[in-house]
Amino acid sequence: MKILVITEQREGKWNPVGFETLVAAQQIAATQTGSRVTPAVIGKDVRGLAEELAANQVAEVLLVEHDLLKRYTPDGFAIALRQAIAQLQPDLILLPHTYQVRDYAPKLAASLDKGMIADCVGYRAEKERIVFVRQMFQGKTAADVTFIGAPPWFVSFQAGAFRGDQVSRGATRAPITAIKTDLRPEQIRTTPLELFREAKQAVDLTQAPILVAVGRGIKAPENIPLAAKLAKLMGGELAASRPICDEGWLPMDRQIGSSGQTVAPKLYLALGISGAIQHVVGMKGSRTIVAINKDQNAPIFEVADYGIVGDIFELIPALTEALEKTK
Amino acid sequence: MKVAVCIKQVPAKDAPLQITDSGAWIRETDIGFEMNEPDSFALEEALRLKEKHGGEVVALSMGPQRTKQVIKEALAKGADRGIHLEDDKFFLLDPLSSAKSIAAALKKDNFDLILTGLQSDDQGFGQTGVLLAELLGLAHATIIMQIELQGQRLKLKRELESGWFQWVELPLPAVLTIQSGINKVRYASLKGIMAAKKKEIAVIMRESLGIAGEPTQRVERIYVPQKAKRTEFIDGSPKEAAAKLLEKLRHEARVL
Repeated sequence: MKILVITEQREGKWNPVGFETLVAAQQIAATQTGSRVTPAVIGKDVRGLAEELAANQVAEVLLVEHDLLKRYTPDGFAIALRQAIAQLQPDLILLPHTYQVRDYAPKLAASLDKGMIADCVGYRAEKERIVFVRQMFQGKTAADVTFIGAPPWFVSFQAGAFRGDQVSRGATRAPITAIKTDLRPEQIRTTPLELFREAKQAVDLTQAPILVAVGRGIKAPENIPLAAKLAKLMGGELAASRPICDEGWLPMDRQIGSSGQTVAPKLYLALGISGAIQHVVGMKGSRTIVAINKDQNAPIFEVADYGIVGDIFELIPALTEALEKTK
Repeated sequence: MKVAVCIKQVPAKDAPLQITDSGAWIRETDIGFEMNEPDSFALEEALRLKEKHGGEVVALSMGPQRTKQVIKEALAKGADRGIHLEDDKFFLLDPLSSAKSIAAALKKDNFDLILTGLQSDDQGFGQTGVLLAELLGLAHATIIMQIELQGQRLKLKRELESGWFQWVELPLPAVLTIQSGINKVRYASLKGIMAAKKKEIAVIMRESLGIAGEPTQRVERIYVPQKAKRTEFIDGSPKEAAAKLLEKLRHEARVL
């Protein structure tokens, strides 16, 4: 089985999730006889990154370069990668499930009339086929999904599904193959403009040892101070899931998850957070996770070390009182 | 400006999910359904564009009879007409087959703009908008947080990861997927609900779209995921549970 891995870089810097996908490819390859793993790097002036990839245990590295690939556009990336796929003829194409991949990979697959199983968290190699595991219903259920029809098959893996530091290094350097990329300016309809960050970050949650995070279960903005007080008593910072920041109940710089910050404090207390994938990817590395939720089936309990099934409006005051007593 | 909004109906957020014995899907009896939340933001954005620039908003949904409810809701909020791909054959299709059906239904209307939410809260494939763009030969952008119309071009604020954003421009016609939180979603007024009763909902069956093609993937079964961690559940009254939890955090996990 020929496996193509599309890595991701921006302005010459790796998106580390690409290495997790490379690990997925190496692990899948180990289950299939005669497999070859070929990572690709796409952009402009990225030969140095291709050299880095070549040190890993891979068959070869594809270098997909063009002036028009300097900045990401869905048209440019889809056209260039289609040419790389035509040259390599892979069976399986693995991608990290980043915002950028979400933007072009379904288009790339559809242009070949192929399907993509997106946002997978794992796989099972069975006799003559591979079952991909993804989540549904915001993480409340898992699903086994298989491909129908002829390859190539497109799969994206969620951040954190594999460990990037488990990548196998190669005994020898792999060869680098430059793909002849034919791309014209008129084929690219999107004009990418500047990248920017919204207003300065007032707090750096990544540095907080303890985080008390609130989700939809907090119900109303006037309830936020209850959690804020608890956070202060515990010596931590207040954080939130996306809906709370969307509502404007807390500023965006307190948002944890794929569109906010990724944190790994020693203690993460999730109050009324259901645990949608987008939130969990931002906090599952925390040392100790406590979840309090009225729904015993909430997916947040899947990553929690300690759980209390109950009403946060009873438990927040109870915790606050107990902490005040011991102060 | 002629805008289409693709809206999915999904199980209500607090609906207790029970998986069917075959593991093919969830039990649909006794649970409520609602408009997929990201799609409600897309609808709101379409209505605002119409209020600002004039034109028409068409609400499209695909799925069984029950799905009509979200089209009616969109009409009550101000959409001008509806399209319902109402056919059991549209149920639980793979992403590419779904998009092919929707693209075929949208094609003849020549929309200036097609909006979808960034993903659905049930299957969560997150591909429909991008697939529609490819199938209809249109430019697209995803995870949009702001739309500015500049003549025949759009200036868009795209959300990237970790607090980053990017401005991009692209020509109309186009497909956009809308991020949750881009706006504040309106409620339907009583007047809107009354007016909706007179609005047209076109019903489309799959055969009439002339779509060929086999599915590209199959969901074999859904199931309750295996836990990544062993969770120690703490019970008792709120007071007891709070005391036990703090005890464990201090002396067992040693994080307090």
